[in-house]
Amino acid sequence: MMKKTALAAALTLGTAVTGIQTANAEVLFWSTQAAPIEEAQAMREKVLSGFEGEVDFQPSETGPWITRIQAEATAGSGKIGLIGSLHGNMIDLSDNLADLSDIDTTGVNGTFLELGKLGTDQQKYIPWMQATYIMAANKKALEHLPEGADVMSLSYDELIAWAKNMADATGSPKFGFPAGPKGLKHRFFQGYLYPSYTNSMVTKFRSAEAEGAWNAFKDLWQYTNPGSTGFSFMQEQLLTEEVWVAFDHTARLADAFNQRPDDFIGFPAPAGPTGRGFMPVVVGVAIPNTAPDMDEAKALLAYMTKPETQIETLRATSFFPVVDVELPDDMPASVQLSGAAIAAMSGSDDANPGLLPVGLGDLGGKFNAVYVDAFERIVLGGQDVREVLDDQADSLRKIMEEANAPCWAPDAASDGACPVD
Amino acid sequence: MQTRALPYLLLLPSVILLGVLFLYPFVLVAWQAISDDAGQLTSAHFSEMLGHWKFNTAFKNTLYLTLAVVPIQMVLALYMASLVTGMKRGRDAFLYIWTIPLGISDLAAGIIWLSIFEQSGFLNSFLVTFGINEQPETFLGYQNKGTIFLAIALAEIWRATAIVLVILVAGMGLIPKEYQEAAEVFGASRWQRFTKVTLPLLKPSLQTALILRVILAFEVFAVVAALGGTNLPILMGEVYQWQFVLRDPNVAAAFALVILGISILCTLVIMWFLRTPKGATI
Amino acid sequence: MNVDGTSSAMRWTFRVSILVLCAWVLVPIYLLITNTLSSPEEVVSFPKKVWPSFNLESISFFINFAGVGQALWNSVLVACVTMVFSISAGAPAGYALSRFDFRGKSFYRVLILMTRAFPLPLLALPLAVLYIRIGLDDTILGLALLHTMLALPFAVLITYSLFSGIPVELEEAAWTLGCNRFQAFYKVIFPLVLPGLTASAIFAFVISWNEVFGAAVLTIEHRTLPAFLLQGLDQAPLHLKFAGGAVLVAPALLFIFLVRKYLFSMWGIANR
Repeated sequence: MMKKTALAAALTLGTAVTGIQTANAEVLFWSTQAAPIEEAQAMREKVLSGFEGEVDFQPSETGPWITRIQAEATAGSGKIGLIGSLHGNMIDLSDNLADLSDIDTTGVNGTFLELGKLGTDQQKYIPWMQATYIMAANKKALEHLPEGADVMSLSYDELIAWAKNMADATGSPKFGFPAGPKGLKHRFFQGYLYPSYTNSMVTKFRSAEAEGAWNAFKDLWQYTNPGSTGFSFMQEQLLTEEVWVAFDHTARLADAFNQRPDDFIGFPAPAGPTGRGFMPVVVGVAIPNTAPDMDEAKALLAYMTKPETQIETLRATSFFPVVDVELPDDMPASVQLSGAAIAAMSGSDDANPGLLPVGLGDLGGKFNAVYVDAFERIVLGGQDVREVLDDQADSLRKIMEEANAPCWAPDAASDGACPVD
Repeated sequence: MQTRALPYLLLLPSVILLGVLFLYPFVLVAWQAISDDAGQLTSAHFSEMLGHWKFNTAFKNTLYLTLAVVPIQMVLALYMASLVTGMKRGRDAFLYIWTIPLGISDLAAGIIWLSIFEQSGFLNSFLVTFGINEQPETFLGYQNKGTIFLAIALAEIWRATAIVLVILVAGMGLIPKEYQEAAEVFGASRWQRFTKVTLPLLKPSLQTALILRVILAFEVFAVVAALGGTNLPILMGEVYQWQFVLRDPNVAAAFALVILGISILCTLVIMWFLRTPKGATI
Repeated sequence: MNVDGTSSAMRWTFRVSILVLCAWVLVPIYLLITNTLSSPEEVVSFPKKVWPSFNLESISFFINFAGVGQALWNSVLVACVTMVFSISAGAPAGYALSRFDFRGKSFYRVLILMTRAFPLPLLALPLAVLYIRIGLDDTILGLALLHTMLALPFAVLITYSLFSGIPVELEEAAWTLGCNRFQAFYKVIFPLVLPGLTASAIFAFVISWNEVFGAAVLTIEHRTLPAFLLQGLDQAPLHLKFAGGAVLVAPALLFIFLVRKYLFSMWGIANR
């Protein structure tokens, strides 16, 4: 008897609750970005409050984020109006995304727009914001810079010497690298290390130059904090001073810059024999085919790319605009510090910008794993560089052929699948 | 009385629930592990899993961790439960304190123990403040796999012993006091009373606690990710990795079936070892 | 067991063990509280202080965070419904397992454990599809049903092991005294298994309270506290990480505190 009443009560609870929500006509904005609660709060209160419609901003971890989108696509109906995530997460959702070609994208960065087509002839996502990897240092570290080195135009060799100096002087390694479970280390190897040493990301994967790159990184690793395999957000270790010099993307350094702006500097990633490789991190917004109110979702999407919204987004998330805007002077310290570093990096004589992988479909994750596995085997596992590269190159070649993806910058354009020499 | 149908009637609600919410999705996921895109049976996903260079490490780490953690938890919980029964006052209070970790999610437990073991954490603060160490140590560095393993084992023992404790305490409450008293009259020592009276009578609860703990240990994830970073691959971590990072649900499902397989195997072994022979029940 | 009459050495081991075990449990909790009540600067300082400065900045951020109240309420609802469901479906099954021999008994015992032995993140996708199709998506009831499935093995097996510890004779005696099967159960057996039911209830509550993945996928407007708070907690600045952990832990501890005495309600049959 008890059971029945409880069940009845619960059922009414369930239906009562379902009853309420159909009354709402807000756009559900389902995002993996701006997930930390203080960023989510800023998104709701500062960024989205200016939209004339109603928005429900719900950030989520990548796992539930993907699962929910796939479930709605499979079921053929859903609640999500707008999704926001990294380029890499958008890739394999392509089939479920509505064509956004009719959205006005004047002023939006053309390269990123091209990325947003995900290798199709439709506009699958619209760029929302961008970040890039830079270096950050505690000012205490500057006195250990090797002789003659300019922090604004370092080379990898100078960085290694610097890391060694710091380790010798303090007795513990002071360089930090986000090699933890949520660190985005694959982008470092793809967009920084490889282009700087081989002027390639894919084709010269197992070349002699690549071997040199990995050996250089192994040198650097000797002076890298061994806890790095647990680091995913370098702002934490910079603040605790477990490390003095670190590499990470601007949004993951922001907290350190904002909390103690006078103690830290931001500077460009180092250069190698073939230039200063660097790569953007692009976050896009897209609309799933199952969006309950397509027009309202498109209105919100258009709102997200307005210059004023982009500036507020920068304040809220430390991700930079993807449209041409004049930044006001009162931006947070993180924006000023990392902004200067980015400008120095892209404006340097030896700049060698690369693109995010395109055309890989649902093999994007495995493509990244080729680089991460190479790192874990060579640097952490101490396996022979030549053997690991040959082995991983086979996997890479298989992926490129299966996806039939042509080369992208810095590799020269190819007919058909990008070759792995 | 319709005794033949009664047990099935009693099981019915739970069976319906499991059928709809577990078996249906389970069959769909399990099918992914053994079929290809065209719907043909294939072992390709299992070979891909077995051929991956991390599989063996993940498999071993999961087993080692379970072996290191569960026996200690069983002994510790038994000890705690017998301490509780020996108390005259304050039973409530102490039992409450000891069950506190029950309320702490594995994510929160990971955060707590990371704050102890990280380089600028509490343990290093203690060692440096009291002059035991001059420099903070990197306990969780990638070369110290042993320390990482130890830290994870400690955190798991801390977090999940309470599960065993509560089950055992509930079971101990049912042991008639006369049995203990009778044994005492016959001159049994404390230890004899424990091994000859308490333990045998506690067998059903011990079995339950052990099975649940082992199964949960095979699924451990958040604490390992927090403390171990990428240093200690485990099976559950690989499930996440293949499902959400590598985006290959077929291989992820194969990993999940491995977890399920070893869980069932262990359950059967425990059920057999700790079986209560018919007629031996009180 | 009686402490009287044993040597004082025994008594001391007994006391020291209890205190050591209390410290083992409490010190990490204390450190969490210390970090929660410290200012953002102190949280990242080294060496860390053992006394908190009672800085309420981090904790008040959470308490004033829009939506926390609603999420807390959703969590309580889901946990309570889970508790009721898992006991009302689990206890009869536990009773059946302990009192009857029937075909498929072993199979059932393994089946019930499988729900805990198979990774939930994989089940979440087909479940979410099912929920969307039948209209359970984004409801308290739907999430509570999922949590019931996770808590069920605990409820079934704990009640099973307790029923097994209660002599059948006790029930039979009640029958001879004129009780029918239901009355015998209600008047004689039920009070004896109350501690076990309490233990099952605690597990159901705690499992539901701390479950994140299912909640994050299956609820949107009715997010539970963990789904609402823990999203992105590991990307949050350190001081908020700790405060978030503490905010999550507190209600669960309160719940265990409130029901703890039932764990002991019938301590030993002979004590009645």
